[in-house]
Formats: sequence, structure tokens, C-alpha cells
Amino acid sequence: MTEAIISLRGVSKVFPGRRAAVTAVDDVDLDVYEGEIFGVIGYSGAGKSTLVRLINALEHTTSGTVTVAGTDITKLRERRLRPVRAGIGMIFQQFNLLASRTVAGNVAYPLRVAGVKRAEREARVAELLDFVGLTDKAGVYPSKLSGGQKQRVGIARALATSPRILLADESTSALDPETTADVLGLLRRVNAELGITIVVITHEMDVVRALCHRIAVMERGRVVEVGDAYQVFANPTHAATARFVGSSLHDVPTPEILERLRRRHDGRLVLMRMQSDGGASGYLTSTLREHGVEGTIIYGGITEIGERPFGSLTLELVGEQADVERFVADVTVRAGASDLGTAAAPRPLPRHDERGSVR
Amino acid sequence: MSWERYGDAFLLALGQTGYMVLWTMLLGGLLGLALGIGLYVTRPGNLLGNRGGFSVLNVAVNIIRPIPFIIFLTAIYPLTRLVVGTTIGTEAVTFAMILMAGFAFSRLVEQNLVNLDPGVIEAARAMGASPWRIILTVLIPEALAPLILGYTFLFVGVLDMSAMAGYVGGGGIGDFAIVYGYRQFDWPLTAFVVVVIIVIVQAAQLLGNSLARRALHR
Repeated sequence: MTEAIISLRGVSKVFPGRRAAVTAVDDVDLDVYEGEIFGVIGYSGAGKSTLVRLINALEHTTSGTVTVAGTDITKLRERRLRPVRAGIGMIFQQFNLLASRTVAGNVAYPLRVAGVKRAEREARVAELLDFVGLTDKAGVYPSKLSGGQKQRVGIARALATSPRILLADESTSALDPETTADVLGLLRRVNAELGITIVVITHEMDVVRALCHRIAVMERGRVVEVGDAYQVFANPTHAATARFVGSSLHDVPTPEILERLRRRHDGRLVLMRMQSDGGASGYLTSTLREHGVEGTIIYGGITEIGERPFGSLTLELVGEQADVERFVADVTVRAGASDLGTAAAPRPLPRHDERGSVR
Repeated sequence: MSWERYGDAFLLALGQTGYMVLWTMLLGGLLGLALGIGLYVTRPGNLLGNRGGFSVLNVAVNIIRPIPFIIFLTAIYPLTRLVVGTTIGTEAVTFAMILMAGFAFSRLVEQNLVNLDPGVIEAARAMGASPWRIILTVLIPEALAPLILGYTFLFVGVLDMSAMAGYVGGGGIGDFAIVYGYRQFDWPLTAFVVVVIIVIVQAAQLLGNSLARRALHR
């Protein structure tokens, strides 16, 4: 995974609006490497859906270049774009299956478009339905399927022409949690077994957590942060990222919650961040013992991102004033903890920790 | 009604109505499908978005559709003479009916296409399908059930138009009811024709409903 299979350079997309033009994508540079699962996250209206549609030219760029597998597709005419699109699979939030065709007919559709002969087509459809586990549903119409089954048909259809890239636009947002896990598992297989590069668009933390190697965070058309999924979430440098993590994890108290915590607990508060090496809890208890301080967990949450622990805990410290001071000094230096002060002498949350707060 | 007296005239009228209605349903239906698809795909932002093309179609449909058929029939007679060679008789009426039915059906087609989920069209585009392929293999099949119902609805309108054929010597069962029923104060004869028309419409509706149900894979 060293070669960029998708490259965006200075890409903007402006929609002429009735009153004012809307800049959906604003000067984006991005590289997606061959073989990775790349997540584009952000709240609705951030420009994610438009961005992904620039990759298969369903939307045309206003400026900038989009290079897919070495071809600058912004220079191609509509007729030349069709084979490019056929080489990029796409799945959708609402599945977008053809209601007038059976499951097999839906999977066969892109093959018909590509001009694949009947015998070959039938063999390929059977193979794909086997891959997604829907062989017994071949002759069924989509209306008879559950949401998860529909999305599996969508995935089979997107893979029919053996694309190198799969675009997944909020592909699990219409599914319940259990079915989501099922579909995410299938996407992981698509990536691992078939080596297909996947670009996932989502506003769901679970999807990022389960799937993405690298992510880009979008806000108001701009990519505000890019990098390794864990690094970006563990050390958010942009408020949008911090909000995104906080709003789905709820591990860091919002200023309002912090105020309530201070009303209930008048002792010294400290925010301990989970370390990626997973050592925080052991480190925490030993450090507390070392300084003769007692700590009570009053807020927080810990989960996993990319199979590594992630989250934070807020503690109330009880002990001799001097011991507490030494403990706080120790953990802020060694573990990047944040001193929140006491009810009488409060200290604000560090800016990037204001997760989930309003803009 | 005495069959010996009116039988031949009635069968001739029925045949004329059949001719007018069937040709209109076939050619007017195709014209309406083409115009309706044209309206849908040329709408700015759609598959073949073209503001100029859309405006022309839209205005044309808006101008023709509200004209009462009996006026339309007489108003287009220069065109009818050019195409059919005469302005009277069953063929002349049928020509006018085909045009009127086509414009009327175009709005029904357009409405049914507008109701389609644009996501399905986007999916087909993402698979590299050309606009023509999308029209033929996505738009029409996906909207088939409502299109059949709209087409069935059109049938009643076409039968209605055919009743005015007598005005320009086109015959048909509508003309038969006026000439032999109304003008000769033979109310039972008029009632008989009405019953025949009701039976025809009911049969068409039943057929349309059952075809639409078969096209709807739910």
C-alpha cells in the first residue's frame, strides 16, 4: 500500500445555487493508497458525498484534478468516463437496487452494461452471490429482502466487473447495529481477500472503528485532518475531529457536564487520556498508590479504534493537598493528562477536548 | 333495440371505434412515452439536462393539452390534410386523436418518472451505463407498473375522444348513439350503447390492473 490509486489535487466543487453558489468541496488534496480502507468522515452537509462522487465522476470538478489509477479523469469526456466508472464499484445508503429485476438480474446488470457474454455472466453472478452468501436468493425480487440482504446484493453488484476501487456512501447508515456489523465484516473481506481499495463515507464512529485504516475528517467542504485512524482520533488537532469523537464516544465531559460534575464533586478533577499502548489503567493505579492519593472515576469511556484501546477517564482526587499537586504534575507531564482544577478554582478543558460542545 | 334494424350499423360503428381507439392507444401511447421521457430527461439536472429542449417540450405540451378535443380536431385540419390527405372520416379523426393522446399521456409518463428514486439512476450511471441504456433498461422497467396504470387511464380519455368523431364523419359508437339513439328519441338504444361502453372500459381497467400488478414486483 504505497502507491496512490486515487489522488485529488486542489479539488473544488461549486454548485450554482438559486441565491448564492454553494461550495460543497473546497480545495481538497487527498491520496488514497492501493489496498487500504480509507474513511471520509464528517457531519451531514460536510461535503463527503460530493467528494466521493468526484472520484467516479458522477459529479464534475469545478477546479483541480482527480487522478484514478494513473488517469486524470477530469480531462475525460462523458463517453470516456463510462469505462472509468465501470472500473469503480459503488454502494449506497439506500442500496439503489433495481426493483424490476431479481437479485441475479441486479448483479448481472453491470455485466450487461460491460457487454459480458451470457454464459460468462451467469457464472460470474453465481460466484458473486456465493461470495456474499445469497445464492438461495438469486431469483427473488429486492422487495422481499431485508436491509442487510439488500446491501449484500449491492456489494455483489458493485464487485461484478472486478473493480480495483469500491466507494461506499453511508453504506450501513440505514441498517440496524447487528446488520451493520455483518455488512462491515463483508466489506473487510472484500478488502482483505480481494485486495480492493475501499473509500468509506460515514458519520458513524462504529464504521470507522471497525473498518478504516486511514481517515480524512471533513468540515464545510474542507478536509481538516488526514491520517492514521487511531492517531487522528487519539490526538485530534482540529475541533471538528474532537467533536466527532466526543459526540459518538461521550468520554470527555462537555463544559455543561463539567459544571454539573463540579457541583457534585468539589475536589481536584483530572482528565486522564487512554494511551495507545493500553497501559493507562495499570499506570494509573500504581501512580495513585505511589503518591498516596485516592482517585474516583466520575466520568469517561473507553472503547477500541483499529483494535487499540481509546478513550478517557475523568477522576476526582482525594488526598493531602501536596500529594495531589505532585500527582497532577506527574500525570500531566508523563501521561498528557489535563488538570481541570477544583470547584473553587476551576481550570477549563483544553480546547481540543471540548468534544460534543456546540460550535 | 331491434338487431335486424340496427345490427349492421352498430357493428360498423364498433369497428370504427376499435380502429380509432387501438391505433390511438398504440401510436399515441408511443408518442406520449417519447414526449414524457423527453420531458423527464431534458429537465435541467437530469440525465440529458437541456434547458432549451425542456422549455420547448414543456411549452408545447402546455399549449396543446388544454385545447378541447373537438376544437383541436378542427383546428389542426391543415396538418391533417397534409398527413392523411383528407380532413374527414375515421382516419382523419384518428390522426388528431393520436396527437392529442400523445400530449395528454406525456404528462402522465413524466409524473411517473419523476416519482422514480433518482438513486437507482445514479447507481446505473455509476456502473457506466449510457443515457440511452438507462432510459431503456432502468427508467421504463422501473416505472412500468404506474405506466401501465396511466396507460389504462388514458384509454378512457381516448374512448371519450372517439365519441366526437361523428362531427367530422368519422363514425364510431358515439356517433351511432347520437344518430340512432338521441336524434330518433330512442332512449333504450342510447342506454344500450352506454352499457357497451361501460363493459369495454371495465374490461380495459381489469386488464390494466392485472398487468400492472404483474409488473409490480412487491
